[in-house]
Amino acid sequence: MKRRALLLATLPLTAQAAPTLKAGVFEPAQAAPEFTLKGSDGAELKLARFKGKLVLLVFGFTNCPEVCPTTLATLAQARKQLGADAADVQVVYVTVDPARDDIARIRQYLAAFDPTFIGGTEAPDKLATMRKRYGVVAEKIASKQPNAYGMNHSTSVWLIDRAGKLVAMMPYGHDAKDFVHDLKLLLATT
Amino acid sequence: MKPWLRLLPLVLVAPLSWIGWAAFAPLELPSRDELFEIPPGTYARRMAGDKVEILPDRIDLTLGLNDVLLLRNRDEVPQQFGPVLIMPGQSFRLPFEVASTYTFACSAHASGQMAVVVAPTPEPGWQRLQWRWQHRKRATMTPETAS
Repeated sequence: MKRRALLLATLPLTAQAAPTLKAGVFEPAQAAPEFTLKGSDGAELKLARFKGKLVLLVFGFTNCPEVCPTTLATLAQARKQLGADAADVQVVYVTVDPARDDIARIRQYLAAFDPTFIGGTEAPDKLATMRKRYGVVAEKIASKQPNAYGMNHSTSVWLIDRAGKLVAMMPYGHDAKDFVHDLKLLLATT
Repeated sequence: MKPWLRLLPLVLVAPLSWIGWAAFAPLELPSRDELFEIPPGTYARRMAGDKVEILPDRIDLTLGLNDVLLLRNRDEVPQQFGPVLIMPGQSFRLPFEVASTYTFACSAHASGQMAVVVAPTPEPGWQRLQWRWQHRKRATMTPETAS
């Protein structure tokens, strides 16, 4: 509580904090679509599990050559910079490539960035429904070798506040400093 | 001296003054928001077979002038608007702080992508002159005006 009060005092914050975020902001924020996936931690992966925390929702695939590793490394760095506040931030990584990304692979992949990250997968149709509800794009890039295909996918990070509202979307390319800025604001205000 | 020659300095001074002003006066816009709006009834129009394109596949912004992309859905149904799904009555406000080209996956465009090109703030001189000229051309097509 003391830490939150201190944050409120040090940040240039008003009742309308959202417009000062570095991320794109939804106005007004609405409830983030719920989902139920198989979690890489062995438990059912539902948004409701993380109520009271900020959720950073990422869509990608473990064979991604650039965007996913960069994004996950950035988020891991941001969590480190947050210090004790990182306990209130949960990164959720949802695969867009369920054919290759099983639970074991996702778990191993995420552990290389931050062992607290949780991944999720499901049947392709269920994942497609979830993507549609978040406005996420994912498309297979054909390849001559059956298991060497790539994926075009949305590269942004969706920010869900402690109350489960979809408040913002951070486009790809922002560094850890920007995430820390926004996470501190959201932790202080929600 | 012929009478028309006496007017020559005046004829030259006016455009040169304007060019000087356009090249060095500070740039201003009424708002930093670059607004794109889905009007009510868009879904119904699409269902009726109308081809409705609201968001271009390339948007040009300038830092310090119009560097906030504002997408607003005034329709009655959720709409995929560029990189985001926007609920009825909801807006999405995306600020830019670094000049670059931002590419977003977007199912609303045939190419599957849209780009936001953010240019640096025009420096006094040629860049400001060029920006004003381009913005004037654009203003003839939209109600927004530059000063």
